[in-house]
Amino acid sequence: MKELFILAVVTFFTLLTYWLVEPFAHSQMHKHIESEGFAYKDLPALTKKGDAARGKELVMGAGACAGCHGIKVEGMPAPMDPVTAAQSYGVNPPDLSNAGVVFDPKFLAALIKNPAHALMVEHKFDPAKGQMHPMTQFYGAGGDLDQEVADMVAYLQSIAPKAEELTPVMAFETACGRCHAIHYPYVKEGEAYPAWTQIGEKPAFKKKQNALAFEQKVLDYQDALTKYMGTLPPDLSMYIRSRGEHHIKTFMENPQNYLKGTAMPRVGVTAEAADKVIEHLEDVGDSKRHERASVGANVMIYIFIFAIFAILWKKEVWRDLH
Amino acid sequence: MKNNSRRGFMGKAFGAVAGVGAVASLYAMKRSWDPLPSVKAAGFTTLDMSAYKENELVTEKWRGKPIFVLKQTADMVKKAEANPKDMERLIKIGNDYFMVCLGLCTHLGCIPGYDSDEKSFLCACHGGMYDFTGDVTKAPPPRGLDIPPFKIDGNKLVLGEEGPEYKKMLENGTTLRA
Amino acid sequence: MAHFTKATSLHDWLNQRLAIDTLRRVLATEYWIPKNINFLWAMGMVLAITFGLLLISGIFLLMYYQPNVNLAFDSVNYTIMQEVGYGWLWRHVHGVAASVVFLIIYIHMFTGIYYGSYKKGREMIWLSGMLLFVAFSAEAFSGYMLPWGQMSYWAGMVITNLFSGGSLHADGLVEWIRGDYVPAQAFLNRFFMLHVLLIPLAILGLIGLHFGALRIPHVNNQDGEEIDFEAEAAKYKAGDKANSKVIAFVNDFMSKDMMVVGIYLIFFFYLVFYHYDFAMDPVNFDPADGLKTPAHIYPEWYFLWSYEILRPFSTNTGLIAFAFAQVIFFALPFLDKSPNAVPASRRGLFKYWFWAMLIDMIILTAMGKVPPEGAFSTIGLYAALTFIGLWIALPFITKTEKKV
Repeated sequence: MKELFILAVVTFFTLLTYWLVEPFAHSQMHKHIESEGFAYKDLPALTKKGDAARGKELVMGAGACAGCHGIKVEGMPAPMDPVTAAQSYGVNPPDLSNAGVVFDPKFLAALIKNPAHALMVEHKFDPAKGQMHPMTQFYGAGGDLDQEVADMVAYLQSIAPKAEELTPVMAFETACGRCHAIHYPYVKEGEAYPAWTQIGEKPAFKKKQNALAFEQKVLDYQDALTKYMGTLPPDLSMYIRSRGEHHIKTFMENPQNYLKGTAMPRVGVTAEAADKVIEHLEDVGDSKRHERASVGANVMIYIFIFAIFAILWKKEVWRDLH
Repeated sequence: MKNNSRRGFMGKAFGAVAGVGAVASLYAMKRSWDPLPSVKAAGFTTLDMSAYKENELVTEKWRGKPIFVLKQTADMVKKAEANPKDMERLIKIGNDYFMVCLGLCTHLGCIPGYDSDEKSFLCACHGGMYDFTGDVTKAPPPRGLDIPPFKIDGNKLVLGEEGPEYKKMLENGTTLRA
Repeated sequence: MAHFTKATSLHDWLNQRLAIDTLRRVLATEYWIPKNINFLWAMGMVLAITFGLLLISGIFLLMYYQPNVNLAFDSVNYTIMQEVGYGWLWRHVHGVAASVVFLIIYIHMFTGIYYGSYKKGREMIWLSGMLLFVAFSAEAFSGYMLPWGQMSYWAGMVITNLFSGGSLHADGLVEWIRGDYVPAQAFLNRFFMLHVLLIPLAILGLIGLHFGALRIPHVNNQDGEEIDFEAEAAKYKAGDKANSKVIAFVNDFMSKDMMVVGIYLIFFFYLVFYHYDFAMDPVNFDPADGLKTPAHIYPEWYFLWSYEILRPFSTNTGLIAFAFAQVIFFALPFLDKSPNAVPASRRGLFKYWFWAMLIDMIILTAMGKVPPEGAFSTIGLYAALTFIGLWIALPFITKTEKKV
């Protein structure tokens, strides 16, 4: 039939144009980076079985971790407030309570041994030029270094919540939240959550003085962070729409893939924690996605019925015309 | 007949008067779209060049963008003289030489930091480097820091106006139009 | 003064005052359309429906949008997308419709070109349609500024820079358009005004003109046949609907239109809910930042072909070529010297001209988006030259056309 032929021609040129300006053009503009599934193949596997009790001694003692990091689950607050910490180290060292579940064990071990290497920021921190990474390398407490590191990792895993208990917001805070703000508050399952700043959740203040004092702290922190990173790491509120899941995941996995020489470190999260981070970004930047899916299904059903009735009406009217 | 032509004339005259009004109001509409005085005032930044100290980077602001001003030491000028390309980037005011550049990395627009010991700029984002005249010394930036349009006015520098020294820089390719 | 009698019904009351029976007859039941048409003739109605969707969704967006450089991005991406009930739906409908409306406009235009519907008294239909195209382009561009994302800002910067006229250096004109040296508050505010008031008003007026222009020459048909509308209408009214070459606008033509609209809406809502990224560029979900240029700056897909005509040349030549591309479609009825107003398939060399033009514009569209490097810029250059060449050739190849 002639009309179907015309429709086929129109559809062909429409799809051709679409293919050229979308999939084809984007394949030419950005290189495609395949995820390695957060396997961290360049890092050595853990060969020793760690002992959490010995690990605790090392973390508290010879490892001197607690000198910079807080461990809230063990009742140990951070030694410094975030602003002072950022002014001393460039960025606030993370609380280690969730580190054992958010970060990959291989990555944690490599980080303890050589932070700049594990974080992929050796181009910024060259000990030969006196540029030391703010996190001190662990040279060992006298025994087998690999065993000691395995013990410390085992300890961090033992205090961390189980993988299924890890919430999206916990994953985000531990992995991203000390450099990236999210200035959109959000509602999840009927509960309202405040906006996130690099120094923590933004509280609701009754007095303007307090709000301004908090703002000042955030700005001081951001200044220190900007100096350390070269630029203020971006706010991630809309990243789920501006970058999308694939880009964010492969970027977290290895930032150097996209921006050679970038100051952004490898985050070292597990595949599950990466999913949680994505879920958090969706909760904030694409909070209506479930509604979109359900409304979409209903509208599609309705519009099919609409089209069927329209076709039947046309057939009725045109019966006399042929 | 006489009446008709009279009506014709008055009709044309009325049209002319209405036209004058329309043109006058067009003028008012055009003026309403002009940049506001406050916007215009903010478009020109005057720098008093006698206030800067040698080898101390000061960041000024022009049209919302950071402007680096670095007064050169005698040593730096000597080094720059060895390389005519570097010398062309400097602005001479009185007997002093200045580097005045847009403080944005020409790679992806980060703001480079100045190391006064090394006398060089390092962009912490992707490791690009510039020397004390703002010329690029290490990729990825494709070119040296851009120089904003300027005009020398005694020992003052007006940013936003194009003086003969700036036009010369454009011609010999020292900078792109920022 | 007209004579009014006591009304016997509301219908009669209205009829005495507004002549609604006459209006109905003239505009609907006795507005004659040729029967020999295909679904491409429904694109006008599809466009009207899409414009309606844009208008309605736009009204709801307008209630929460803030035309302020500090608030605009969040008012769209937070207030409308996350807070307002179904705000996300209005935005997706608005964004997708703004893109799809151009697809339909292009189909509508190429239909007109293929069937010669711009000739023999139908010139004003074509010209008013081209004015609508320009108005829609301005509406799309001004609307693209409003979310104040990275692409809004940089597209605004690049497009307004075009007005400097290359080496004319009319920087004053650019600053006058922006109301500032760079796109800022004054710029956002005036484009907001253009988008929600001035251009929509112009579009409504032009739609009226476009419809009015159809009245005297009537709608064209699939074979370019000259129809005696009065004789055919008389046949129809006498009850011989099957043998009449015309149909009534309502219900005959309308029912076919609505069938096409129904099928179109399946496609449209699929895009709204499941495939919206092509119309809502991810880069524009980054807030505007005058200190950071995005890696690739490109306009929306429907502007790419004219953007590509600008790109492969040096600044001045490019601007002249660009200006040429913007206005040349207006001249189509006057450059086509052929005496025939029939489908391109029966028109000798014009048949090849039509398909060459269509394919060339698709190539220009594709090359306008990819980075202008290597083979792409060569292809882009040849496609741009072909575009100009085709227009120069048009009067010559149509002049030699034999009367069919």
